[in-house]
Amino acid sequence: MRPTNFPSWAYSDPSMDMRRLQGAMNKIFSGNRTPDQFSTYPPVNFWTGQDSIVMSAELPGMTDQDIEITVKDTVISIRGTFPEQASGDELLWLRRERPAGTFLRSIELPFRIDPEHIDARFENGVLTVEMERPEVDKPKRIQIKAS
Amino acid sequence: MAQELTPQSGRDVARANGETNTGAITFTPAVDIFERGETTVIMAEMPGVSAEDIDVTLERRVLTLRGKVKSHAPEGYQRLSSEYREGDYLRVFTLSDEIDQAHINAEFKNGLLRLELPRTTEAQPKKITVKAV
Repeated sequence: MRPTNFPSWAYSDPSMDMRRLQGAMNKIFSGNRTPDQFSTYPPVNFWTGQDSIVMSAELPGMTDQDIEITVKDTVISIRGTFPEQASGDELLWLRRERPAGTFLRSIELPFRIDPEHIDARFENGVLTVEMERPEVDKPKRIQIKAS
Repeated sequence: MAQELTPQSGRDVARANGETNTGAITFTPAVDIFERGETTVIMAEMPGVSAEDIDVTLERRVLTLRGKVKSHAPEGYQRLSSEYREGDYLRVFTLSDEIDQAHINAEFKNGLLRLELPRTTEAQPKKITVKAV
């Protein structure tokens, strides 16, 4: 039996072209927004330390008054409202790529958070939240007694 | 009025001309542009950049917006997950009108650059009266 010969473009992954096509279609229907810009949820990054976790999110154009952070057990929620943009009849819009409206994003963390030890900062449009594990949840070192 | 010059390499990631690859990536910042009367307002998102690291140049009609990012990764931490990357910002526009360079207003707050570009009086439309003979 002759082995099937795929054309060279398909030999790595035939579904790749489908995905590329899908991406191109999405781009057409999403209008002239810059690709990779979020429309609803802001992207977040996470870092972990020994007993703490740091979350950062890019929220340009917002002020600290527009952002609300709530923590319950292992879930952190960020709610934000983009400030009202300039409006009026005399305004002629040429390009609108920046997001608008309100978002709410909840993220499950790998451990419980001590609500008393949260440090949130907002600088140059970047939100950084440092969270700590409650004292009782921290792993304890157990001394082994030699008998 | 503002026409964009797209950099040659990549769609989302731009690289400045002549700049060697330092491993850092450059993003095209999202912008809002509107005209109000004789002023064009451009708002560009550059999160993570401080005001002194922003460079706005207008040469003839080419407006270049540049922002250098300072890494805001916390020290002593290990990366767990990333949904966004840090990088510099670059976007270039060609303006269709002559801008009054002396009255450009630039302001940077909370990662958002706001530029107000007033048209020069010569570029403003003039009404020409037609005389009936």
